[in-house]
Amino acid sequence: MSLIVDAITKRFDRFPALKGASFDAPEGAFVALLGPSGSGKTTLLRILGGLEFADTGRVTFGTEDWLAKPARERRAGFVFQQYALFRHMTVEKNISFGLDVRPRKSRPPRAEIKRRVEELLSLVQLEGLGRRYPSQLSGGQRQRVALARALAIEPRMLLLDEPFGALDAKVRKDLRHWLRSLHERLGLTTIFVTHDQEEALELADLVAVLNEGCIEQIGTPQNLREHPATPFVADFLGQSTLAADIIPLRRSRGE
Amino acid sequence: MPRGPAEDSFVTRAVLIAVAVGYITLFLFLPLATVFTSALEKGFAEAWNAIQQPDSISAIYLTLLVAAIAVPLNAIFGICAAWAVAKYDFRGKSLLVSLIDLPFSVSPVVSGLIYVLIFGMQGWLGPWLRDHDIKIIFAIPGIVLATIFVTFPFVARELIPLMQDQGREEEEASLSLGASGFQTFLRVTLPNIKWGLLYGVLLCNARAMGEFGAVSVVSGHIRGLTNTMPLHVEVLYNDYQYVGAFAVASLLAMLAIVTLTLKTLLEWRFAGEIAASHRH
Repeated sequence: MSLIVDAITKRFDRFPALKGASFDAPEGAFVALLGPSGSGKTTLLRILGGLEFADTGRVTFGTEDWLAKPARERRAGFVFQQYALFRHMTVEKNISFGLDVRPRKSRPPRAEIKRRVEELLSLVQLEGLGRRYPSQLSGGQRQRVALARALAIEPRMLLLDEPFGALDAKVRKDLRHWLRSLHERLGLTTIFVTHDQEEALELADLVAVLNEGCIEQIGTPQNLREHPATPFVADFLGQSTLAADIIPLRRSRGE
Repeated sequence: MPRGPAEDSFVTRAVLIAVAVGYITLFLFLPLATVFTSALEKGFAEAWNAIQQPDSISAIYLTLLVAAIAVPLNAIFGICAAWAVAKYDFRGKSLLVSLIDLPFSVSPVVSGLIYVLIFGMQGWLGPWLRDHDIKIIFAIPGIVLATIFVTFPFVARELIPLMQDQGREEEEASLSLGASGFQTFLRVTLPNIKWGLLYGVLLCNARAMGEFGAVSVVSGHIRGLTNTMPLHVEVLYNDYQYVGAFAVASLLAMLAIVTLTLKTLLEWRFAGEIAASHRH
């Protein structure tokens, strides 16, 4: 089930957020949407999640017309930047929400839901915290609850909006590696939004660089580093490529 | 005891507290106490007897009936209005917010007159209503309408800032997890606003039972038929039936005190949960 995003446009009032964004991603890819703020990356992610509607353009997932389905039927696990956990529910209830709201005939039995919640809690390394409320957790823990909640519905695609944006640097690094290994285990097509080029290049299989509502270039991190297609891409990736160039240079001088 | 940098001297604090307590005693507590003592001037039996007069019973019944219709309707409208304002962007939103506040800024007498002008005999719909034998003014429907108008903002006003503060992300999360719009409302939105909703409903109820001005204009003061408790208090007072007037007034005051006590108790009992619903 590969994902094909084709010429998506979206305007807010008179401000164009997306001006024909297109990219393809093979099944199971880990894709970063990278760009400065205002480049349309979050809008694109929200369109994929069904939380925003494209003005024109198509999205095909496998053989399905993805945009024709309402958000609640897409089974796209969406993780919000501020997590959006249900504040009046315990961690367990948050995670089981997507199963609890299913119509009776497709809802798993209570014992099965409980088992799944336990499984997910251990997957995100939060065993024993099921009875807590979101306000009693740290930022990194909330992030993982949000992820477990999205995974509970057995999503067909995982969408992460600035997944590490609200965390401090140390937690961010740990969680980044953990997320990468989780992706390798689950093999879900995952798309995440970030403005941090280092994060995108380190984590993703494919990086799509957005600028002013268009995708400037999509490619593997190595490909982007070595062959930036436009001056914008070269400039935006500049900091980390510069860092990569400087280190060998210093070594050659014997510093 | 060491003082913090922002704390005032002992004298300043003592004076401020004394002024506040004195003010409240003079203007709030004493008048309220007078109501109760005047009611009980000739003994409890006399006051109780006054409340049990058929006209008083009918006024109590009418007040409760009006509140029972107006409060649920305003709770529903309040939730709808707050939802629209807080969760959607549309043209004329600030106009809608101003309109919601209108009943607070318009004198209740004017609010009542609006209905007389529309539904009264000389009003726009007067002849049509008369031909179809529908009575609104000087009857219960008019009283209900006037009460709804006056008490409309309470629930909406309480909920709008709360819902704006909470944003729409939790609702979006719920939808993306497969919940329907109605499930999202029942399981996510309603639990998040329940305390604000409860305060709004309590305040709305207190005002619905106590409203005088607007109701007075549309009621027609027909004893035993269209007199609510506040109107009945005035009628009795003008008839020099002081014990009766103050007895019914005491009952009305007691309803308000019960409302406030309920609110305080709930705040105290669920303090932690209320704080949690405002922040993450």
